[in-house]
Formats: sequence, C-alpha cells, structure tokens
Amino acid sequence: MNTYQSIRDALSHALVRDDTAVIFGEDVAFGGVFRCTMGLAEEFGRERVFNTPLSEQGIVGFGIGIAAMGHTSIAEIQFADYIYPAFDQIVNEAAKFRYRSGGQYHVGGLTIRTPTMSVGHGGLYHSQSPEGFFMGAAGVKVVIPRSPIQAKGLLLASIRDPNPVIFMEPKILYRSAVEQVPIDDFELPIGRADVLIAGSDLTLLTWGTPLYHCETALHMLASPPPQVSRHVPESLRGAKVELIDLRTILPWDVETVVESVNRTGRLVIVHEAGLTAGAGAEIAATVQKKCFLKLDAPVKRITGWDTPVPLQYEKFYIPDAIRILDGIVETLIY
Amino acid sequence: MLRQGLAAVKSRACLPCRRWLASAASEKHGHLPSSQSPITSKLKFFKSVTEDGGQIPTYRVLDGVGKVIDGAEVPEIDQAFARKIYENMVLLPTLDTLLYNVQRQGKISFYMTAYGEEATIIGSAAALANDDEVLGQYREAGVLLWRGFGLDNIMAQCVGNEEDTSGKGRQMPVHFGSPKHHFLTISSPLATQIPQAAGVAYAISRSPRRGKNCAAVYFGEGAASEGDFHAGMLFASTIPSPTLFIARNNGFAISTPANEQYHGDGIAARGPGYGVWTVRVDGNDVLAVLGAVREARKRCIEEGRGVLVEAMTYRVGHHSTSDDSFAYRSRSEVEDKKRIDNPITRFRLFMESRGWWSSDEEEVLRARLKKDVLEAFKRAEGLPRNELKELFTDVYGGEEPWNIKEQREELAGLLKKYGDSWEPWKNELARFKRKGQDILQKTD
Repeated sequence: MNTYQSIRDALSHALVRDDTAVIFGEDVAFGGVFRCTMGLAEEFGRERVFNTPLSEQGIVGFGIGIAAMGHTSIAEIQFADYIYPAFDQIVNEAAKFRYRSGGQYHVGGLTIRTPTMSVGHGGLYHSQSPEGFFMGAAGVKVVIPRSPIQAKGLLLASIRDPNPVIFMEPKILYRSAVEQVPIDDFELPIGRADVLIAGSDLTLLTWGTPLYHCETALHMLASPPPQVSRHVPESLRGAKVELIDLRTILPWDVETVVESVNRTGRLVIVHEAGLTAGAGAEIAATVQKKCFLKLDAPVKRITGWDTPVPLQYEKFYIPDAIRILDGIVETLIY
Repeated sequence: MLRQGLAAVKSRACLPCRRWLASAASEKHGHLPSSQSPITSKLKFFKSVTEDGGQIPTYRVLDGVGKVIDGAEVPEIDQAFARKIYENMVLLPTLDTLLYNVQRQGKISFYMTAYGEEATIIGSAAALANDDEVLGQYREAGVLLWRGFGLDNIMAQCVGNEEDTSGKGRQMPVHFGSPKHHFLTISSPLATQIPQAAGVAYAISRSPRRGKNCAAVYFGEGAASEGDFHAGMLFASTIPSPTLFIARNNGFAISTPANEQYHGDGIAARGPGYGVWTVRVDGNDVLAVLGAVREARKRCIEEGRGVLVEAMTYRVGHHSTSDDSFAYRSRSEVEDKKRIDNPITRFRLFMESRGWWSSDEEEVLRARLKKDVLEAFKRAEGLPRNELKELFTDVYGGEEPWNIKEQREELAGLLKKYGDSWEPWKNELARFKRKGQDILQKTD
C-alpha cells in the first residue's frame, strides 16, 4: 500500500469497529482530494462519511460537538495551511475541554487529519508545517507519520486515544512511499519515538518528509558522491549516526531523545518549518538542560528558513540532504 | 399527519415567492445551473426578508401589564408549571443580587448578572426537554436552576471550592457545566459553542435512544457577529442537525449597542439566508418565549435541522462586574426599562389575573429565596478549595505526559523551599484542602 491507501484502510477499520465514528470535511465524500477516503461513503453511507460546507472553524467546532457526546469524530482539514481558521476551536476549545470542565467533559474522540509539508510546488499555502504552533497547546496531541505502516498504526491509535489528536500526513508521501502494510487492525504507540538506525556518534532527530532526506544524507556521509566528497573528511565517513523518527510532536518522547544524546553527545534536529520558535527550539532547549554535561557540540537545527515557503525557491528552502550532510559534518568536527 | 402539517406550513411560506415567480414571467427563460431561481427582466434589489420591506415582527402574548393581547393564544400551561416558572424567574435576580454584592466585597472574583433576561432564559428552559443538550454563552445559569442544578453547585463554582464539579475551581465564576443536567461547560471565547452545538445535535440524532432530543445553543447578538455563528448556522442547516439557536438580543455587547453590531434586521433576518426556520419573539414575555421555543423545538426535531429564535430583550444590568454601563448609556434609560417592561412583573400580573398568585405568596417566596441563597453562599464560602494537585490533572486523559509530571514536581520543590515563607503562597495554600500537602507528598 502507499500512504493514502493505508490511511484509507485505517479509516475503514475505525468505522467498522466503532458505530459512532464519522468522517467529514471538505470533499471527503467523493474520496478526498488526496484519495484518502475513497469508497468510504459508498461503503458506510453518507451519514458517516460526508462533506461539510467550506469552513474550517465549522469543521473543527462541529467535530468537537460530536466528540463531546462521546462519539468518534474524524475531521479532515484539506491542507495544514488552512488549519488556522480553526486555531481558536483547537487551542481554546478542544485542548481545554477536559481541563476546564473538571474532567466531566472531554473531546478525546476527536482526530483532525491534515496533509502537511512541502510537495515540490506547493508555494506558500500548500507546503506548511504548522506543528510548532500547536506544541504549546497543552491538551492536544500532535502526531506525524513517516510511511504507510506508520500512518495506519499511528492513525488508528490517534483515533482511539482519549485526547484530541492533530494527525499531520506528509502529503508528498501519499503516493511515493509504498510498503507492505498489515491488513489487520493494529496500533502504534503515540508519544514514542522510533530509533530507525542505532548509532553512537551523533543523534539525528526528525519527523515526516525530511526523514528521507536524512537517510540520503547518511548514505552521502558514508560514501560521498565525487562532487561533494572534498567537504566530507575521510575520518567522518565511518561515523555512526543514530537516526530517530520523533513521530509524536506533542507530547514528545523526551526519554528516547535524551538517552540517545547522552550516548552520542551530539544532536542535529531537522524539520521543514522555519527555525524561529519551531518545534526544534523546544527540543533543543530541553536537551540542552537535560544533557548539558554530555554535549560535545552545540545542538544544530536544520530547518526551513524564517520565510514563507516560496514556490520557485523551494529547493533552496527545504532542509534537503546536502544541508543535512553539511550539518552533520559541522557538528561532528566541532 | 406530520408530513401533511409540514407541507401546509411550507406552502404558506411559499406564497410570496410564487407571486414573484408569476410577476417575473420567467418560465420560458429557464433556470440557472445551481439554483431554482426564476429569471426576471426587472432589475430589482432587496434588503429585507419581509415582502413589504418592513422588519420581522415580534411575537408577543402578554402586554406590559400581563394581559393577553388581542388574538394571542396562551401556550398550554397549568398553575403548577406557571409557579415553577415564576419562582425560577424570581430566583435569578435574587441570586444575582447576592453574588453581585459579594463580588463587590471581594469575596468572589467576578460575576455576570442576568437582570432583564429572566423571561428569555427561564421561558426557553421551560420549553426544552430536561435532557436536551444545552450549550450556553454565560448568562444562562437559569437553565441549570430550572433543571435542578441547585444553589450549592452554583455557589461552589463561583467560589471555586472543593465542591465545584463544574471545573474544580479552574474557570472564572459563572462558567458552569453539568453532564447530569445536560449542560455543557461554559467557556469564555464567544460563539465557539455554536458550531459545537451542531455537532452535538448531529451526534445525538445518531444515538438510538436520543432521536427525540435537540441541542439548544444560546448566544448574544454580539456573539452572532463571530465567524463561528455563521459556521454553526451553516452546518446545522446543511448537515441535518437538530440544533435550536436561541439568540438573546439584549441590545448591548458590553458597550457596543446593537446598531453598531449589525446593519440588517437583527439576527432573525439571517435565518432565512441559511434556509433555517426563524422566529422573533418578545424576550420579556415569558409566555411568548415558552410558546415560540416549544414550537421551534418541535420543528427542529421533526425536520432534524437548525431552527433560529431571536428573543428581543434588554440587558438591565452591567455587562459584568468589571463593567460600569452608565459610562455608555444613561441611568434613566435603564430605570425606564426596568419600570415599564419588567418580565417578572408582567408574568406576575398574569398569574394574579388567573388567581394563581397573591401578594402574600410573593412576600413568602422572596423571603425564602433570599434566605436560601444567603445560606448557600455562606456554606460555600466556608469550604476549602480543591487539592492543589488539581492544578495539573485533566490536561490529558490517560497517561500523564512527562512534562506535566516534571512541572508538578518542580512546583512541589519550590513549595518545600518557599511555601512557609513567601507570603503570597503561604496565604493561598491555607485556602486549599490539605493545604498543598497532596503535591508535596506525591513527590516524597
């Protein structure tokens, strides 16, 4: 399955197992602009899979109402770039629903799915990575998968988590990432990072699309192509870099990250969102506090620039493999 | 039978459009692709939802002295029910006066009265089923009183003591909530509850045992300017959801008069734009509110879509205890309203005309309510706050995230260091149940 198929598969499991579950958003009934809800309306009926008017604050407010009655509401925001009209409903309402009611009400049944990150030609409003804006919204969880298996397991866990979850799907992976996905109903843990490659010299932490750039950068580090080999000292080519997929942005897995950095002494964080006050800032500050005596180099952040995501300049905007390679080298030789 | 009734209503409502259709002589020119709109060769603008360009009329049953006006039908009501309505209407200002005054004395941090809106709030509460889900703005405590929430719960929330189940002392006063009474917890951001109500209504309409209920959502005319009002009306009409919208048009949003809030014919004029059945009612006439909301609720559930009621009233009190309304309106204007158009007096005169109420009973009632309210406050005031650890609970359901655990422990460490010596903390700790020991012990 590719990622959109695995998401569709997860949604189908969620609807089968839970009669209260409904899916709604802009254009979801015909299958969604990214095909994630293909055939679900036909299979489960328009009462459970339906279009809404074009209003993001309405979609999230409506979803909160459904969830407040103990039902499962799976809302879609067509692009993460358009989640801001619902910011008030998410931050002031969904996140605070349980706390402010003394635990009497909650909207744990709410999951907001939304495509995120750059896609090659998305420009300002089809490329954004707004996860950092939600990192301070205590009460919601923010989850970002990297692949079809991850998307299915994490989405099912998000839908069933007793808290509202913003589930951000890297849209470039909808068709490009393909792997064997178990067809049964399974969940992957929220709040746990995943160590993809074990290492002892540097911790490379990322999530979503840049994970693939990180993998490329690691190959380049081990055997640099001739054009860049002069920038990669021989002595570093055998470096063992630990690659971690954070998976959950809020609450993030401090234990795994800190344990790793305490072993490696070096941390490079990669994300597509801009640098200033991005999720990397929070992680860097915490690691600096918890690993101060073990750090051999400053925490490096390789991110989008502090500009909007520009159309014709995207190749120079995103933290691609060469920037990551350079960051790893700089951190290793510090 | 039901269907016939609705068809009749619909065909009546369509008379004006049929006339338009005829005069436009459009049939031979066809229709637009996305609309059944008839084609006309006459260039005609319009800005009123009434055919003659006038304002939407206001439904009234009782005049200012409690007499049934010509042609009005008194909604079905017996003496016991009328007395319950009246007692709750009188309870509201009794409660408001005490809590307003204790706020002035600094005993609670904040308060908002419902002066002048007693008929709108109690009349609509009485028209709902007690298990209809209610989403309020903040001036609707009367709905909870009507449903038997009780004065102790009201006081507990306003004082923020250990009995506050609405929010464990976390929210400002008047932010009540109770699942048992089907009243979702109030929050301060305006209008956010409106699209939520459509979702609540959608969920309950899908619940096998709840198909006979609606979600009633209250909001002021100021809140109706928020985008969330638009979203809520749109969703409840487009995605069939039995949502009863009750707009309290009391003339002011804090200092902003309604004529600076909108240029159209109030809130009611917007209903038809969303394809929503709409009525405007005299919000100071409890029988009119009762009758209109009963009918609105019936229609809402039968059709399974949104229905809008705009209740015209007047905010007699200040916006809140943080507001002095005489800075933007005259004292005499308010006094006139209180004297000429008092919803409680109007209903009392009606009750008396039926022989359902007397001045002796009035005296007894007022004395009893005053006593009940004072006793409930005294009791609430004497109780400690929740345990301090509740500062950190309920942020998430399930496993507590590491950061919250760490921060609770950080506060415990600071309390150990400074809890006895730093006056602002020392004084506050004394007001909590177990004086903060719960947090300290958890770390040990």
